[in-house]
Amino acid sequence: MAKIVTKNLNLWYGGFHALKGINSSFEANRITAIIGPSGCGKSTLLRVFNRMNDLIEGVRTDGEVLIDNMNILNSYADLVTLRKKVGMVFQRPNPFPLSIYENIVFGEKIHAESITRDKLDEIVEVSLKDVLLWDELKDKLNEPALRLSLEQKQRLCIARLIAVKPDVLLMDEPCSTLDPQATARVEELMRELKNKYTIIIVTHNMQQAARVSDDTGFMLLGELIEFGKTQELFTAPRDKRTEDYITGRYG
Amino acid sequence: MKNPYRTQNIAFFFLFLVTLLIVIPVGLIVVVIIQKGLPAINWQFLSDMPRQGMRAGGIFPAIVGTIYLVMGAIIFALPIGLLAAIYLSEYSKDNLLTRLIKLAIVNLAGVPSVVYGLFGLALFVVFFKFGASIISGSLTLGIMILPVIITTSREALESVPYSFREVSLSLGASKWQTIRHIVLPNAIPGILTGTILGLGRAAGETAPILFTVAAFYLPRLPDSIFDQAMALPYHLYVISTQVPNVDEKIRYGTAFVLLVLVLFMNLVAIIIRYKFRKKKKW
Repeated sequence: MAKIVTKNLNLWYGGFHALKGINSSFEANRITAIIGPSGCGKSTLLRVFNRMNDLIEGVRTDGEVLIDNMNILNSYADLVTLRKKVGMVFQRPNPFPLSIYENIVFGEKIHAESITRDKLDEIVEVSLKDVLLWDELKDKLNEPALRLSLEQKQRLCIARLIAVKPDVLLMDEPCSTLDPQATARVEELMRELKNKYTIIIVTHNMQQAARVSDDTGFMLLGELIEFGKTQELFTAPRDKRTEDYITGRYG
Repeated sequence: MKNPYRTQNIAFFFLFLVTLLIVIPVGLIVVVIIQKGLPAINWQFLSDMPRQGMRAGGIFPAIVGTIYLVMGAIIFALPIGLLAAIYLSEYSKDNLLTRLIKLAIVNLAGVPSVVYGLFGLALFVVFFKFGASIISGSLTLGIMILPVIITTSREALESVPYSFREVSLSLGASKWQTIRHIVLPNAIPGILTGTILGLGRAAGETAPILFTVAAFYLPRLPDSIFDQAMALPYHLYVISTQVPNVDEKIRYGTAFVLLVLVLFMNLVAIIIRYKFRKKKKW
């Protein structure tokens, strides 16, 4: 089932045409990778889905982005509801300068009308178990999150996100600051998470896309050149430019 | 032959010497005030009313008056200054109005303190009919320290990393929730620094309170915020220039108390700031 559909999506930063007529469809409970060289618009596309581009002045979009058949580009779309449903993991792990516990319950504290300590404790435990950090961290929940290792921080950020109970996880190069072992473990985590979430990952690392994703889109200069099953795109690309990119002829 | 290292050493030595010059006046002030003022300090000096035309007795009403004025100025200036800083750093767009507001704040900081005094006289004492009173003096001092509080608070807010705001928004927090839960708590140490600077200035200024609150000689405590009050800086001016034959000990004792009061306020703010920094868990 298509979770997110874009129809003729265009985006401009001032006069710069950053996304050009993107038509795509992202399936639920699959991992879709978006690859392409720097500046091709892959992060911009990702940030359309939770409207983080709104923070930048002079951004203009047209076309349609349907999430569960609702056009989120409508001016009356509620950003709070949208961002609760479509969460984001950033390139640099960015926990708040609070305790591990406080980081995870941040969303609940903001969204819930009434909170009880028991409920918060439960959210922390469930979220940390989901990202496989519970056993490591259960005895130091009150320690500063900024003292964790990079990998733990990134996992914590994912835990903080899934505590808000989103449907879609947007990941903007989530492993680019991690070493290969940590990257492998986070990829493993992503495979587990896809049973519950729709995951879209932007990566400059083609091997990562090939390893972890079910579908892949290749972008170049603001256009979505090719979009399809990862295996097909990497073994039998239909477009010459895709082939050039995945074989390393440029990028 | 040219020796670049020798020139460098000379330059460094010269820079060091000039920097050292800054320490000298600070050190001298403290030494002189302590040396001449400390002998005057005893319980009676701190807790008694002035007597014999301020040539004897204590300075209790001036201490109390200064504390009232400083508290009043902060109660007035901190909320307004902080709210304005939040607006300027988080909400305002870069347009003509914003630039005008920022220009106004810079100019407010540059207004001589005696002009604030006259302004306070015209507005609070005369127009609002508060008379020469603690409320008039506090409001005048409050306006005077507003620019310091706004500027430092704004810098504190703007120094909170953008990524914190971005994550908070991406988790579905509204802009206000982001400010309330993420930006403000992280900016509090910087805001307190601004408050410290404001406190010190409010406690020490004479000109703004001259026409708005300060009593020449009032050997009792004020009854209400609409009462006049004595204040340390003005009292110091009075006993140093207006009253003949005041013992030097009393003058320096008064200066010593003013200095300690300001340093004590700073210390309290520094402790609060330290506690917040520790809680921040960087």
